This record gives sequence, structure tokens and C-alpha cells, in this order.
Amino acid sequence: MQRIGVFVCWCGSNIAGTVDVVAVAEALKNEPGVVFSTNYQYMCSQAGQDMIKQAVAEHKLTGIVVCSCSPRMHEATFRKTAAAAGLNPYMVEIANIREQCSWVHKDMVTGTEKAIILGKAAVAKVNLNAPLTPGESPVTKRALVIGGGIAGIQTALDIADAGFPVDIVEKLPTIGGKMAQLDKTFPTLDCAACILTPKMVDVAQNDKIRIFSYSEVAEIKGFVGNFDVKIKKKARYVNEDICTGCGACVEKCPMKKVPNEFNLGMDNRHAIYIPFAQAVPKVATIDPNACNMLKNGKCGLCAKVCAAGAIDYKQKDQIIEEKYGAIVVATGFNPISMDKFDEFAYNQSKDVITSLEFERLTNAAGPTAGKLLRPSDLEHPHTIVFVQCVGSRCDSCAEKGKEYCSKICCMYTAKHAMLTRDKYPDTEVYVFYIDVRTPGKNFDEFYRRAVEEYGVHYIKGMVGKVTPEGKKLKVQASDLIANKQLHIDADLVVLAAAIEPDKTARPLATMLTASMDTNDFFTEAHPKLRPVESPTAGVFLSGACQGPKDIPETVSQAGAAASKVIGLLAKDKLTGNPCIASSNELMCNGCSACEKVCPYGAITYENKEFRMPDRTTKIRRVASVNPAVCQGCGACTVACPSGAMDLRGFSSAQIMAEVDAICK
Amino acid sequence: MQVKEYKPLIVAFCCNWCSYAGADLAGNNRLNYPADVKIIRVPCSCRVNPMFILRAFQRGADGVIICGCHPGDCHYTSGNYYTRRRMAALFSMLDYLGIERERTRVEWVSAAEGAKFAATMNDFAEKVAALGENKRLEDLRCKR
Amino acid sequence: MHKNDNLKAEILRISGVNPKKCMKCGKCSATCPAFDEMEYHPHQFVSMIENGDIEPLLNSESLYRCLSCFACIERCPRSVEPAKLIEAVRLSVIRKQGANRLSADDIPTMIDEDTPQQAIVSAFRKYSK
Repeated sequence: MQRIGVFVCWCGSNIAGTVDVVAVAEALKNEPGVVFSTNYQYMCSQAGQDMIKQAVAEHKLTGIVVCSCSPRMHEATFRKTAAAAGLNPYMVEIANIREQCSWVHKDMVTGTEKAIILGKAAVAKVNLNAPLTPGESPVTKRALVIGGGIAGIQTALDIADAGFPVDIVEKLPTIGGKMAQLDKTFPTLDCAACILTPKMVDVAQNDKIRIFSYSEVAEIKGFVGNFDVKIKKKARYVNEDICTGCGACVEKCPMKKVPNEFNLGMDNRHAIYIPFAQAVPKVATIDPNACNMLKNGKCGLCAKVCAAGAIDYKQKDQIIEEKYGAIVVATGFNPISMDKFDEFAYNQSKDVITSLEFERLTNAAGPTAGKLLRPSDLEHPHTIVFVQCVGSRCDSCAEKGKEYCSKICCMYTAKHAMLTRDKYPDTEVYVFYIDVRTPGKNFDEFYRRAVEEYGVHYIKGMVGKVTPEGKKLKVQASDLIANKQLHIDADLVVLAAAIEPDKTARPLATMLTASMDTNDFFTEAHPKLRPVESPTAGVFLSGACQGPKDIPETVSQAGAAASKVIGLLAKDKLTGNPCIASSNELMCNGCSACEKVCPYGAITYENKEFRMPDRTTKIRRVASVNPAVCQGCGACTVACPSGAMDLRGFSSAQIMAEVDAICK
Repeated sequence: MQVKEYKPLIVAFCCNWCSYAGADLAGNNRLNYPADVKIIRVPCSCRVNPMFILRAFQRGADGVIICGCHPGDCHYTSGNYYTRRRMAALFSMLDYLGIERERTRVEWVSAAEGAKFAATMNDFAEKVAALGENKRLEDLRCKR
Repeated sequence: MHKNDNLKAEILRISGVNPKKCMKCGKCSATCPAFDEMEYHPHQFVSMIENGDIEPLLNSESLYRCLSCFACIERCPRSVEPAKLIEAVRLSVIRKQGANRLSADDIPTMIDEDTPQQAIVSAFRKYSK
């Protein structure tokens, strides 16, 4: 039996004005378990708190009920008081007789009556309270960043800057991501390589950062502070530690006709390759699907020319196991496939290209060495049509387009149009738009410059059809302002393809038990207030994996994610909320109902040995709650058919006792 | 014998993050609602076990209302969706048992909606009072 | 903007189209092969019907210039289906002109082995109120 003390606060006249506090204290005296009851003007004052401490000592109290303002106001205060008096802080319950009683009712009789009932409910609950201690778990002081684009690079640099070791896992042979493929960056037109490659070098030279390039995350186990991750390092058939990146092997390789992914297949690379000159790590990789030596054992030229002896045809995939305290997802985006958009003739003509292909065509390191030439005949195009919102804001057919706005296309199209007019003033440039969305610093000014200074023809309307005819592309479009249908003979058509999350994001989310939306973008813990955290503790989001983003936004989000990671890794121990779910193993039947409703993936199952009444042992599958992951919502307690799952601090018995007290 | 004026007994389950805070705001703004409403704090509306509601009716409650965060705003991401589905099933069963639909309700009240909280409680209490006492599931053995 | 509410409701009911979904991109008109023949273009049908500005459409030749090729339906990124709206306007003109030309009682007399039943159903839809 508990020994409960009841403390009724007047809150000056805030409570005492409508509630007869003396009568409340008197009425609660007779409740089961109550051994002491009193009232005071300001319970939260030092004098009031001292009164509680004294009563705990004098009456050997085991539980405390404070009838006062909202627990959201002073629950923490009174818990501290209880702890100072040597009681477990979770033995305190608050009856809210101010916000939910004296302030909303007018007359003394009803106010007092209700206050007594609320007090009784709190007493009934404390009678069933049990001391609770928050769980503690250690923190591994190392972070994992998945994805080596600008988002991953920035996050890794910021975390390393705070002194914590970071590993980057990148699935391609080099870090750099999409930004490495870009030519110039809006709205200031710095060249992407000039601002990105120094950062890539910083990553390579930072002794806190390890890069696992050409690698994938194979398995993730554990929880916040204690993730166990297996990383699959794919065989690149070149010893990374020895290769100097001289490129002699690439020159000699006879397999020269492999489509070059970095230039989106617009030119060819060798079977052994370095994706681009500033790659990090700058080591060669052999493409096993193209290499003659690996396919049928004939060739071996690269091994012969390699002075360092770095070529190793027998290399195998390697599994690296490592522990991490925090995981940052930075898996980025890709343009969607244009295969379903027959109306734009993307698959019929080489001269219909996507904007990312246009970036490569204008990039000095691209397939045309920066000269804007038509892919089909390498002639200079004189009329270029840009089409915006190809697959964006499209809800007609899920496998064709995306319902959301891809956000970056308006600005990069303005950039492409402007740069084209700048370099080739003899070229006519048309941009077909539905809306021009430029909500960024200096963005609208940038777009207006394209129109006003560079003479780009912005036309409100959409392209309906592109027909290749001879060397020309017949573009049929609408001009909604003029209410006309336009027919333009274009040399080049550039499609601003919608962007979508990388295909690796969905399986990764499953491994992380992190939630995603229907478009496969990662969901944030709160759309406004916790934008860089996943609802799964210890998992953070950086860059376009969370939603379409341009570079400035990605970099700021990457920094924000890093600061959250640093905040986590700076802790030696994680103290949890003790009001969490726990399962009674003797009642649990292993049905998995709780596991399915848990939004945090906090519930796992284990096979445990049980001693049966007939002295045999039996292996049973039972639920177990990870205290470091559970947030205490209680969804599982209701899903549990056998009543094995309960929530500490809000147990079924406690809530029913409150119901009983109210309904008596 | 003097007949006691009928006062309905209403149990309100409020989630800690939105609705309980909304109730506090109603208090801060001194918005009146009937004293018949007694609030029980739960971490999330999805903590409300149908058992609690049955228990309340068994002990003579006239109405039970569950308040949670607005869809999409749940502190625990998806708790209020569970509540919505569970309560839809429970309420239709209660309806079958003869507990009128007006005696049960799920309402979304955010921490900023003190006025909505008071209005909701006024409306709910009025509707429950109009139905009169609820004796359908009451078990007198529970009364002392 | 509340004129012709009844007519608008009827057209929306017949067509099953929700013009509010339109994001005014103009792809329907960009794709329309009969564009130059029309006084009012597919995208105008959508916005004029949404605005209740239907009289000009009822009296326009444009109604009969639409080839019902459904290219606009195929290409519309928001699944608005302008051709269905145009067809619905045509139908409401026919219904207005002809009142009840085909009553349900007439139908049994028309059934024979050579007439496809679908033709009778669509005639009933067109010529009955």
C-alpha cells in the first residue's frame, strides 16, 4: 500500500477563487492510501516545495499528488522536488485543477466538486505508480554517411570538423554525385567543379573521414547510438591503396566502346576507367561486364602496363563491419526516365535530350569539350526549345510522372537559356513554362535577366508534340497568352525531366526502419520543427533524399543534419524516457501485432526458453521492446490481443483506475 | 423526494501533445465548458484502449470523447491514424449494442485550438445531455 | 461568377470531369490537331466551363470541329480530359434542341439483330432528357 501525500495549491486566487481548496484537501484525506493532505498558497514556491519535502520525511510518503496547475507547467518542478526528498520522481501525479477546472468553471460548488473528482483520479493513479528509472545506453562516437554527393560531403566535413570520425559510403567509384556532372550553378554561375572539387579533396585529406567508394550498405542492425552496419565493398579489381591514378591502364585498354555513365552515355569510356579527372578517390575501376580479361581471361593489358602493380583480377567483394552512433541518409536523386513520354520523341531522336544531358553538353569536360553541338550530327543548333515540367506536377499516370514540383527545373532552365544566349547570341531560345517558380535569394532577378538582358523567349504554354522531320524537330506548342498554337522548327529540344529519389533509397529505408512517403522521399520527424531527423532515432536526412532541393538548400540541410549528429555523438550516454512500453513475456504469444504498429521499429522478437508448469522447457517467441528506441506512444498496447504489452507510467491499470475514480 | 438535476458524466481522453495542451489553452483563455467533462491525460490518442471506453460505460459514463492531434501532426507520426481506425470499429460495435453514436466521438484538437476544445466540449456535452442517462452497459455492482 | 450553375453542373455530371484539376499548362491545346479550326480551344473549354461562361461555347462551331481524337486526354498531365467536356457540351446542345426524341418506350421497337445495342444505348443518352 502506498503512503500518499496530497498537496492542494491555491495558486493565489487563481484556483482558490473558484475551488474551495480546504474542502478539496479535506475530501481527499479519506481516499485509500492517503496519509497526509494539506493546502498552501503557492505550492511551486520554495516554501511550498519545502513543505512537500518535509511531509515526505515526516509521513514517510511513497507517493505525491499535487492538485495545481497543468502538469505541462510544473510536473517537472514537482518531480525534482520529489527526487530531492529522496522519492522516485515518477511517483508524482498532478491533478490539473487550474487550467481544466478553476479557470473554466464559474461557481464554487461545481469547481470544488470537479476538483475533488480530479484529485481522486490522481490518487487512484498514484496508488498504482511504480518507481521508474530512465534507461541508459552508450553512444558509439562514429557517424555513417550514406551517399557521397554534395549533401553527404558537406555533412561528413561538418561532423569531422567537430572531431568525430565519419565514414562515407558511395555506390559509384567516386564521390561527387550529381553536382560533379553540372556545368555552372545558379544564381551566381560559379562553375560546379570549381566549388565542388576542393570539397572532395578536403574529404579525401581529412584524417577523420574514410571513403568507402564503389560500396553499398548491406545490413543495418541496432538502434540510436549503437548501429551495427555491414558495408559491401564491391570488387573494383584494382588495389586502391597502390593505384596512383596515372591512367596508363585506361589508355591501353582495348575495350573502348563502353557507354560512359558520367556523360550519360553520350560518349564512350574504356572497360577500365576513372570516371572523371578530379575523381576522389582517383583510382581506376574495371567494369566486369565489359572487361575481356574478367569475362573470358583474354587480354590482361592493364596489368602489364601498370607500373604500380595495382591490377588484381582476382579481387573479391569484401564485407566491412563497423559500429556507428548515427546514420545520415544522403542518397540523393535521379532524373526520371523519359521512355514513357512518347510525345516528346525522346527515344526517336538523339537531339531530344534531358537537362542533365544538356549540362554535360555544355561542360568543358563533357563529350563535346564544352561546345554546344547537336548529338546527332555535331552541328551547332540555331533554335533550341526548352520544355519545363516534363513529368513534374503530373498526376495522370503514376508510372509516367510525379505529382510533386521538382523545384530545381525553373532555375536550371533559366541558367541553360541564359548561358546559351550568352555564348551563342545567334541562337533562338524558347522556354515553354506553366509557371516560373523562383522563390530563392536572387532567383527571380536571375530569371528576369534571362528574359530582359539575354532575350530568351519565355512562352506560357506547353509543348504538345515533337516530331523529328529530316534534320529538324517540329515542335507543336501552345502559347496561352496569345491563344495560339505555335509550330517551331527546332534543332535541339531540352526536357526538364522531373527528379525522383534514388532507387536505393527504398531498400535502405527498410533496413533502417525509417519511414518514407509514397514518392519514396524520406519522411522527416516533424515537417517544420525537425526537418533533418527521421522519426527513427539516430537516423538523419541530408539533401534530396528528403525532397527536391537545389544546392544552397542541400548544403544548409547537410549542415543542419551534421549539427544534429554532433549533438548526439557529443553525449556519452543516452538517457531515455522511462515511460515506455514493456511486454509481459508470460502473456506474450508472439503474434507480431505490436511490431506492425510500432512507428519506430522498437519491437523485435526473440526465442526464449521458458520453464513450463510440468517442469519441461519450451522455446517461445516473445516480443521485446528496445528502451532506447521506444518513444512511449502506446500504439502497441492497444494492438496486443493478449494484454501482454503495457506502457510504464500510463499502464492500463492506472488509466482504468482513473476512469473508475471519475465515474464513481 | 426531490429529483436531483440530471448532469451527464463525460470522460475525455486527451493526448499529451495536442489536445491536452488545447484544453490548457482553453483554460488560459477562460473559455467555459461544462464541469461534467473530466479529462484523462494519455501520451497519445492511440494509447486509448477500447477497454477503457467500455469500462467508462460500465461505470456509468454518459459519453466518452477522445481527442488527438490533427491527422499528419501526430507527435508519434501515425498514432492518431490508429485511433481513427480503431474507434470507427469500436463505435459501430457500440452502436450495435445500443450506445447511441452521439455518446462517442473522436475529435482532432491542436495545441493552438483552445477555442475549438471548449466549443467541442460544449457541443458534445449538450448532445449527450439531450440523450439522457446511459444505462445500457452500466453495472451496478461497480457502484458503491 | 455564378452564372449558368445548372448547366455547368449538368455538363460536369455528363462528362465526369473535374475542371478544378486543371493547372492551366495548355498541353491540351498544344497537342490538338484541330486547333486552327477552332474558335475556342480545348484549354478554353476547361476554364470557360469552370467559370460558368458557357453560352459562347454552346453557340460556337468549335464544338463540331473537335475530332474526338482524345489526344488531349492522353497528354493531359492532370487527367482533366478536355475532350469529354467538349462532348458533354455537344450533348447538352443536342438535348436542348431536341427535347425528348427517344423515349424509353420506343426502344423495344428498335431492337433487331443488325443494330448494335451500344448504338441504341448511346442514342438514348444523346437524344433523351
